[in-house]
Formats: sequence, structure tokens, C-alpha cells
Amino acid sequence: MTALAVPDVCLVVLIGTTGAGKSTFARRLFAPTETVSSDVCRGMVADDENDQSATPDAFELLHYIVGKRLAAGRLTVVDATNVQSEARRALVALAREHDVLPVAVVLDVPEPVCAARNAARPDRASMPAHVLPRQRRELRRSLRGLAREGFRTVHVLRGTDEVDAATVTRERRYSDLRHLTGPFDIVGDVHGCRAELETLLTRLGYALERDAAGRATGAHHPGGRTAVFVGDLVDRGPDSPGVLRLVMGMVEAGDALAVSGNHEQKLARHLRGRRVRISHGLAETVAQLAREEDAFTGRVTAFVDSLTSHYVLDGGRLVVAHAGLPEKYHGRASGRVRAHALYGDTTGETDEFGLPVRYPWAEEYRGRAAVVYGHTPVPAPLWINNTLCLDTGCVFGGALTALRWPERELVDTPAERTWYEPVRPLAPVAPEPAERPLDLGDVAGRRVVETRHHGRIAVREDNAAAALEVMSRFALDPRLLGYLPPTMAPCATSRRDGFLEHPEEAFAAYRDAGVREVVCEEKHMGSRAVVLVCRNEDAARERFGVPGVSGALYTRTGRAFFADGALTERLLASVRAAVDGAGLWEELATDWLLLDAELLPWSLKAGKLLREQYAAVGAAARSALPPAVAALERAAARGVAVDDLLERHRGRAADTTAFTEAYRRYCWPVSGLDGVGLAPFQLLAVDGRSLAAEPHDAQLALIDRLVAADPSGLLRTTGRLFVDTEDEASRARATDWWLEATGAGGEGMVVKPLQALVRGGGGRLVQPGVKCRGREYLRIVYGPEYTRPDQLERLRDRHLGHKRSLALREYALGLEALDRLAAGEPLWRVHEPVFAVLALESEPVDPRL
Amino acid sequence: MRGRRRENPVTVPEMATILGRVFMTVTTTATGSTPATDLGHLLHKHPDRAQTFSTAHGTAHVFYPRADTDRCTAALLLEIDPVALVRRGGGKGGRAKGTGPDATLDRYVNDRPYAASSLFAVALGAVFRTAMRGQCAARPELPTLRLPLWIEVPALTARGGPGLVERLFAPLGWRVTARPVPLDPDFPEWGDSQTVSLTLSGELALGTALRQLYVLLPVLDGAKHYWITEEEVDKLLRAGDGWLEHHPEQELIAARYLARKAALTRSALERLELARLAAADGVAAAELDDAVDEQHDTEERPAPLAELRRAAILATLRESGATRVVDLGCGQGQLLAELLKEPRFTEIVGVDVSVRALRSAARRLRLEQMGERQASRITLRQGALTYTDSRLTGMDAAVLCEVVEHVDPPRLAALEYAVFGAARPGTVVVTTPNAEYNVRWESLPAGTMRHRDHRFEWTRAEFARWAAGVCERHGYRAEFRPVGEEDPDVGPPTQLALFRRLTPADSDAASAAGPHAVRNGTPASRTTTGTSHQETGA
Repeated sequence: MTALAVPDVCLVVLIGTTGAGKSTFARRLFAPTETVSSDVCRGMVADDENDQSATPDAFELLHYIVGKRLAAGRLTVVDATNVQSEARRALVALAREHDVLPVAVVLDVPEPVCAARNAARPDRASMPAHVLPRQRRELRRSLRGLAREGFRTVHVLRGTDEVDAATVTRERRYSDLRHLTGPFDIVGDVHGCRAELETLLTRLGYALERDAAGRATGAHHPGGRTAVFVGDLVDRGPDSPGVLRLVMGMVEAGDALAVSGNHEQKLARHLRGRRVRISHGLAETVAQLAREEDAFTGRVTAFVDSLTSHYVLDGGRLVVAHAGLPEKYHGRASGRVRAHALYGDTTGETDEFGLPVRYPWAEEYRGRAAVVYGHTPVPAPLWINNTLCLDTGCVFGGALTALRWPERELVDTPAERTWYEPVRPLAPVAPEPAERPLDLGDVAGRRVVETRHHGRIAVREDNAAAALEVMSRFALDPRLLGYLPPTMAPCATSRRDGFLEHPEEAFAAYRDAGVREVVCEEKHMGSRAVVLVCRNEDAARERFGVPGVSGALYTRTGRAFFADGALTERLLASVRAAVDGAGLWEELATDWLLLDAELLPWSLKAGKLLREQYAAVGAAARSALPPAVAALERAAARGVAVDDLLERHRGRAADTTAFTEAYRRYCWPVSGLDGVGLAPFQLLAVDGRSLAAEPHDAQLALIDRLVAADPSGLLRTTGRLFVDTEDEASRARATDWWLEATGAGGEGMVVKPLQALVRGGGGRLVQPGVKCRGREYLRIVYGPEYTRPDQLERLRDRHLGHKRSLALREYALGLEALDRLAAGEPLWRVHEPVFAVLALESEPVDPRL
Repeated sequence: MRGRRRENPVTVPEMATILGRVFMTVTTTATGSTPATDLGHLLHKHPDRAQTFSTAHGTAHVFYPRADTDRCTAALLLEIDPVALVRRGGGKGGRAKGTGPDATLDRYVNDRPYAASSLFAVALGAVFRTAMRGQCAARPELPTLRLPLWIEVPALTARGGPGLVERLFAPLGWRVTARPVPLDPDFPEWGDSQTVSLTLSGELALGTALRQLYVLLPVLDGAKHYWITEEEVDKLLRAGDGWLEHHPEQELIAARYLARKAALTRSALERLELARLAAADGVAAAELDDAVDEQHDTEERPAPLAELRRAAILATLRESGATRVVDLGCGQGQLLAELLKEPRFTEIVGVDVSVRALRSAARRLRLEQMGERQASRITLRQGALTYTDSRLTGMDAAVLCEVVEHVDPPRLAALEYAVFGAARPGTVVVTTPNAEYNVRWESLPAGTMRHRDHRFEWTRAEFARWAAGVCERHGYRAEFRPVGEEDPDVGPPTQLALFRRLTPADSDAASAAGPHAVRNGTPASRTTTGTSHQETGA
């Protein structure tokens, strides 16, 4: 019995004449979906598996399917004769294109056996007699050259017995160490800086082991941690052999893993006797090794030869490669994967120092795995799109840096001196945060956003297109836009006389959802505002990468409230003073705060809308109704029967007055910040933590402290009442509170579950809040006369389903954005759900809800 | 979309239109032997009765506040039913529901403030049809008589204000009093509304007067007739018989009255998503949806400047030898059309952030009718310059024609990076207004910009400073060219910068010639030598 070893992701190319038993072999050893057969493809394109005229189309289809499978990282078996070298060449190219290893399995079965099998099959009985001998000849010719053609593994099965007895063993790829979960300490480029390495390992908690001569030969972490070296252990520095002795000892003892750096690669070539240019610090290593015993050099040769170019660790969450690695190369094997891992990618240009210009792959990185690498010295490690360069240029006088994983803590030790002069000064590997771009591919088109609280949320292409227009033409810099507020559904429609919305409906809905404690919060009739306030400009620059501002104040579509940046800063200064006064920076251990709020008055932002739409209604009605009423009165005096009409129009005049009064309450003149109010009602996030799931009583307590500490009078408190939905008296108190407030012109209230983030039956999210708008306020929404019984009755037939669904989806996206923002995830990850909220806001839904 | 049919909201602005059109009176006095009460005969409505008529969207009432021999007033009062208006098709006389493309369309159009109705004129036509035709069976001679008439419409939506009202009615022989109505007496600073209180007086045949109102009320409203059919053209011709053909504002009247259906319904549809975003933000739709300026075709006057600009860009592109060109911010495709005429441009890409602009460009270029070979040269797609776009790499040249000034200054760095840092075409042509030249435009009030969406306008020195920074940061060199006639003091109306990416040979020359560029804050990894080799154009 022969066990054929194949990597768990690879392209298996079966080679054998017709009748050799390839399909049977594939069926026995691989899943049916793993095998792509040329006969089946021929059948698909030509309705006849033996129609040779369809062969070109059939192979085009076969290559297409194989390509799709390999792109997805699936082991694939090609069941075709593959006896001609050009057929195999196309498959080897396909494997390389997708960076998987091609494996050849030859079924060398005697011609008479094959002929007998074919003769037994009616569909092949008419096959011309010359075909099989020709294929035999081609097969024989092929056998010698398969390795040269690019097959990394070649298995030859001779005779039917071997074919029938063969089994397949799927082997983990060298790079696949997903089963190792660490914890790890990933160490940047050492370059022969043995002393610094010893110091760093000690600082990381490793106990060094030394030989009789006092040389470090290993290091073990009592807590079972594993060191991972990103490569470039050698060259340039003072003691490359010492570093190798320590690291080889650790790797052999299982205390460390190491990937190859380009310097190890070059050293390996040198040690194998290849001619390499002795430059870039190799000379130092060669000289230092010359002082070592031959046995040591032999050990080094074996070590550097054995190094893998990259590792995928910790369940796929961590990738270590010397020069970094784009996602499509993770866990793949090909010459170019190795080349990228060792040398990185270049643009083809050279810079003014004559060095190749590196392609900024990290800017474009959108993978979920963290990629930790070295190779390019940087002044300080900086996470860019979930990638981190740990090469802080120790040998050039910088520092040796390690990353604790999964803690994501950096530990470093400074260089004892400059061991080697750099050719060019240290430069960051990517643009400053201020310049870090988002890509159109991050937002455009139909998208699905994975959220932790509400699963996958789809964004339609048209909605994304509208959001793109608004985002790019009007919105603030996306770095300042970590959140957009979700829409909110109204409570269920009330059937009470004179009301379209009433608190009882809100309480009943929450009670039915099993939510007993709710809070009623006063609804300030202003404009929804999100406030990002940082401790100072430096904090804003450091955390958000935007210079010259200390935060942001924006609308629900991400537009700045004030065209004048200075005015925004003045408002932020007031908020900041309140945060200072309340001591929240220290208490929440943060340099920034994100607040959800309402900015007053409404007329501040909606002035144009108010004038052109709302006031215009009043003006027209004021102008038309009195003459109409007067004319009706005169007609009535003449004895014409217009009494009903007259009565209705008198009522209309009153409705119009009420309508005008309704909007006037939300308009007042402002000058600068005079007259402007800000009513914060939720602390959304701080550094490291989303606060969106904090109970609302705790939230409001923090907000109250802010308002109390505000020296400027800008901040407004939010009235609230806590209600037990099971307690009739409690509900009645809240209803009275609402009636009183809305009777005096208040907009209404929002009813929220006290515990904020609540799941109901079936684990579905419960609405995070419903609005309950006042009877007078709703005139602005439904028109002056909506309270007339006939109108009201018909308006009650409103459909809330879509609005509720939209509210939940946007809420989940908002939570997702806050979680990502607080965790310091890459900008594109934060922008994704934020953009999706904006896109969903352009979905068609009754705007009066 | 289940349930949406019944939920099309009537929006508050729509209501403004409705309320502004509810009431009108017509008064006449006795002349010679004709008593004023003959108005009842003319209108076919008895002076002592209140009469009610169902119209498409509500109920029309006709009654007489006064009916004496010497003076008689008829009143038309339209009671709109806003809820029924929402639920189109429910009301008597409404369009057939669920049939034909319009059945789907009206749901959308009514979804948003773009719908404006001409309900009052419709009611006028329905209630006084006979009078408008000039027929009176009982007294055949009456309709031809010119009567002293006073017509009052206390609330009339007049886009264009009292001035336009005067221009429309005065040539027809009316004495016009049009008083603007303030938006809100409590907020005098808000100014006047678009409602005017109108009184007309004159001696005209009643039928003629009614037909004039039938046409001119919707014209004044600027109400867009989404439902115009060939039939509507006939209606206009009938209603305009005897007065419209000689009217000095004939063109404006016809254009406003017969706003083309296709264009309007289309534009209404194209704006929906944006309109909703505007609503979500509590702002007027036009504040967000202004990328396509229908009136001005996105080009300021004098129009020839736009042509000069395109000519200058084309000359620059020819000179650069570029064959694959991307027009970033292509708008409605004016430049693309020019590029298509020259076979040297083998690949032309138009990018704009506005889907509406792109659709408009596709129509302008007749992409759908274009032959395959021609069509293969051009691609239109949505893109935003504040995002990098991998599809743009590898082009020879990029054009930013009157684009940068539409980007908020804090976002310019993102645009710069997307174009010069990421896409990196060999040639970039940028045109932008020269702010200094604005003083030469008499029609442009001092201190204002040329377009309301301009976020800034640069002087020549400011443009040069920006360009120098771009060159420095991204390894380009720039030269400047005037577009339009150059004024000795303030320069040309438009400024153009031609950026060329430096080649390694340039770098060598630069390193030999001077100090190295500072790589501050830019992708050093991708930066070749930046220099400040500029030929300043001013």
C-alpha cells in the first residue's frame, strides 16, 4: 500500500491514458466536488462526454472551475489524461497563478488493461485504435520531466495493484501553524544584536540558558510563551553567530519559531557555496562565522536552509512574514509568495538613494489576520490596516521591538549603540495617519457588513451610490466620522381619540417583549448631532490623525454643523471644559469621547427647510384662509347653504395657527454660540471601549455630571422618567408627564429599555428606543389638519414594519462602528458600517415615521 | 415594497402648494343693460346655490358671496383632501391605478417634494369647462362680451415673484396687483414667501380670462407637469387660443407649462436616494442634490469660456501624447464628447460622483446608440476623488476640469493622494477659476464665488502654491497656462496647470541640481524624487 502525501491545499493533476482508471481513483480518494473532470466538462458544453470537437471549450471550462476553487483555497483534482506536456503546463501555470503547489499523480497502467476497459464501455468502443498507443507514448515521454515542469511532488503508481492500493495523506502546509495559539512574543529584526536580544528576551520574561562558555544557547518562558522571529537575525550587527546560537537553541527546544528573512536566504546561498555579493552586512557575518567551529557552521547551514517564508498562526488570526504578506498569499506556496515574504513588493522605481521603492501593500491590506513583519526599518511601530512593522532599526541605533500576542503590547529595548550606518534615513512604511487613504473598493457597490449583534447586513448598490455622493461631497473627513446615528421607529399607532402616537403603545410593546424597566427621555427638538471631543489638538492628531482640530461636530449624514471651523472649536471647548470639570478623562481613562446629542435650535441647521417648506405652508394658509372665510360668511348671510363649509374653514384657520405655533417653538435667532444649546443624551465610546450597551441610568448620570460641570451654559439636561412597564401607576405617571410636556409644545419623548442593548425571544435585538411624538408637534409632520377625525382615522393605517427593520439594522451597524472604533481597528473597518448607515438612510421608507 | 402603495406621503411642501391654490374670486359689475348677475349664466352656476364638484384630488365648491344686479362675485374654493392625495388612485377621477408605467412612477414621484400639482388649474378646467370654451346656450351673445372683471387669488404660488406675475398678466391687458406674503410675521428676517396675493382687473371676455388663468397659474407655480402627454400640448394650444400667440413671454410660458415629461420624471427618479438622505438630515433636497445644474449646464457664463477651457485641455493632452485619458469629475460629459471626436484617444474614462450626472452624460453621448467600436473606447463610472480607486491606475492622463474647487479644503489632501499618489498618471491637467478675475464679471457680486457649490476659489498665487506642494510631495513638475483672454491686472478667467510625472532622468537631473525633497507626510515608500522645478505661469 502506498500513502501519497499531498498538501491540504494543492492542485492534484492525475496523469494517465484513457482507461487507466483515473476517475475511479479520484472517486475513491477525493470528494466528488474536489474532482474536476474533462469528460464532465465536455458533457456540459457539448451534451456528449466523448465529443472531441468540444475539447477546447471543455478545457476552458475546466480551467475556469479549477481557478475558482484554487482562488478559494480548495484542494482540487484534475481528472483528465494530461499525458501531453502542454496540457500540464497550463495546469502548472494555473496552480502558480493561485499560489498553490501542483502535485502529479501518474497512473501507469499497462496498455492491454486500458484497452480492455475501454472496449467494455459502449461510449468508448468506437475510439480509434491509434489513440491509446499514442497516449502511452506520450505518457512514457512525460515521466522523466515532471519535476522540471514544476510539479513539486510526483507520485507514480505502476500497475493496477499499486493504483488500487494507494491511499492519500493530506499534510498540513509548512506555513500552516494555525493550531498553535501561543501566546507569542514576536521579535523584530535582530541583525546580530545579541546583547539587545538577550535583554529583550529577559524583559519579556524568558529565562536564558547558557553553555559552559557563558554563551546563550536557549531561552524558555516559564509561562509557556513562544517567541516568533520575523527574520533577519544575521548581518550588519556585532554577533550574528551569537544570535543564531540562541535562536537555533530556542527553535530546536520548541521555545521559538522563526521565519526566514532575506538575509538568512542570502546567507543560506552563500553557505551552500553559491556566488553571492558580499554586501549589506553579509561580510560581517561571514567574518564572524569564520571564527566558529565547522560543526556550528554546519548547524547554521541546516537551520537557515530549513526556514519557512511565513507562518499562519493562532487559528488564522496572526501571520508572520519577514517583509509582510498580502492576504491572498496567506498560507499559499509559490515562488512569488516566498519572494514577497522575503523581499516585499516594489513599484519598479528606485529612490534617490538608489534603493528600490517599496510598494505600500499594507495600505491596501484589508485582511482579518494581523500581519506582523519587519524588513523595513521604521522610527516607531504603527498599526496600519491590522499590519505592524516591528523593525525599529536596532542595528542602526534604534531599538529592538517585540509584540506580545494576543495582548498586542509592544515591548522594546534600545540599541546599545549604532552598530551600522543606514544608507537612507528611517522613514515610515506608509503615509502618516493623516494621509492614509480609503479605497473606493471599501464602500462602492453592493456590500454585506458583518455585525456582531445582528448578523450580515446588506447594502444595495443604489443606496451605496447615493451615500458615496453625500459622503464624498459633503461629509467630514472619515477619520473624524466614527459613527452615524441610526434612525428610530415611532411607537405603534395609537387608536385613542385625537392621537396618532401615545406612550401606552410604547410601554405595551416593551412589556410584550419582556422589557420591564424602561426610561422615557425628553426629545429635544433640535438637530441630531454627534460630538467627538478630544482632550486637545495633540490627542486628536495622535488618535485620529487629523491635524488642526480638537474634535468634530456633525449631523446625521456626517456634515459639519458649522461652516466656520472656529465656531466648532469654540463649542468643543465648552464640551471639553465640562469633561474636565466632571473629571471624565481620568475616570474613563481616555483622551477622547464620542457623544450623541441634539443641537438646538432646530432653525440653526434646518433654517432653509423651515423657511421654504414649513413657513411657506403657514404663509399661504394665512393669506388664503381669511378671505375664504369672509366670502363664506357673506354667502351664508345671503342665505346660501354653506354652513358646513364655513365651519370647516374656520377650523382650518385654527389648525393653521396651531401649525405655525408648532414650528415657531423650535426657532430662535442665534449669534455665534449665543442661543445655541447642546443636549447630550448618550456617551457612545471612549478609547478602548464602546459605551453603547451601558444602562441608560448610568449613562444619564454621567451626562448629568457633564451638564453640571459645564461653565458656559451650552449644555442642556435631558428630562427623564423611569418606568416599570408592568406597573399601571408608573405608566400613568409617565403618560401624564408626556401629556404635560407635549401640551406645552414639547416634541415628545423617546422610550428606551433601561438596559440599552436588549435581546428578546429568539435572541433578536429589541428596538433600542421608540419615539412617541406629541400631538401638536406631529402637525409639522402630517400637516396642519391631521387631527381632524377623518384624516386621523386614515393616517392610522401606517406601516411600521420597514421602519422598524431599518432602525434595527442601522442600530446594529452603529454598534459595530463603535466597537471597531473603540478597539482601534483600521479606518476602513470603521468606515464600512458608518458608510452602510448612510446608505441605508437612502432606502425608501415613509419619511413621516 | 408591500404596503408602500398606500403609504406615499404627501410632504409638507406639497401642502404649501395645495393650500396656496384653494381660493379664487371673480367679480364683475353691471354694464349697460347687462346685469352683473349674468355672471351666473356665464359660469353656468346659479348665484343662489352653493355647488360642489368632485375633482381629482378633492372637492371644488362654487358659491357667490355677493350677487346683486350691479355687482356679482363668484368664489371657487377647492378643498384638498391631503390623505386622499397621498393615496392616489383612491379618489374619484384619479388616474387609473396599477396600470402602465406611470402607475409605478407616480408612487415614486409622489414620494418626495419633487411632485407639484396643478390642482387648482385642473379644478378650474373641470368646474368652468363650458365657460372657458366661451359657450352659453341660454345667452349665446354673452361670452363674447368684454366685461369689467376683478379676479382675486389671495394665495398664489409665484416662483419668480411679483415681477413675473406682472410680466405674464400685464401684456394681456390686466392691471396687476401682486403683493408678496411674508413667510412668518414673527420672523421678519426670513423675508417673503413665494406666495403672492394677486388681484387682476381689466375688461376681458370671461372665457378668455379663465383660459389665461388655466395656463398661467401652473406656469407661475413653476409646477412641473409630470404627466404631460401630447394631449396636454393640444390643451395648451386650445387654452392659449387668441392670447398666447402674441404674448411676449410665450417661450417661458410654453417651456414651463410643457416641461418635458421624460426629462422630469427621470430627474425625479434619479434624485430619490439623495432626497431621502436630505430628509434624514432635515435639509432641503436641493441642498444635497445639486451636482447637475439643469439651468446652467454646470458652466458659468460667458459660455465660450467653457469651450476655450476644453480646447486648452485638448491641446495639452495632444501635446502630452496621452492615449488613455480619464476625466475625473466628468459631469455631463462635455469634455468626453470632445475626446471621443479624436481617434488618438483610444481609452476614455469618465468618472463622476453623481450618478445623475453620469446618466446625463450617457444620454448626451448617446452611449446606447453608439457603435460597438466607438463604445469600446469609452467607459463611464461612479467614483469619488476622496477615495483611492485602483481602476484608475495605468492611465496616461487625468483631467480635473473645474473639480478641485468643489472639494472642501480639508479633503483636498485625500484628492491629491488619490490622483497623484495612488493613480499616478504621467500627465494631470487641472483647471480651476482664477479668483482674481472675478472682479471683471459685472454680474458677479463682489466677494461671491462663481458657483454656489464652490468651496473656494484660488488666486494665481494660491493655485501655484498648491501645485508646488503636489509636485514636491509626489514627484511631478507643473507648468501653468492661461485659459481665456488674459487681463493684464488680474490674469485669465481660468487657470490651467499641466502636471507631468518626473522620470528617473528628471530625478538624476534634480539630484544633480539641488537638494533632495523632504518627504514629509507622504508615502515615502512610493515617492520618487520630488522637486520644485516649476515654471510659474503668472
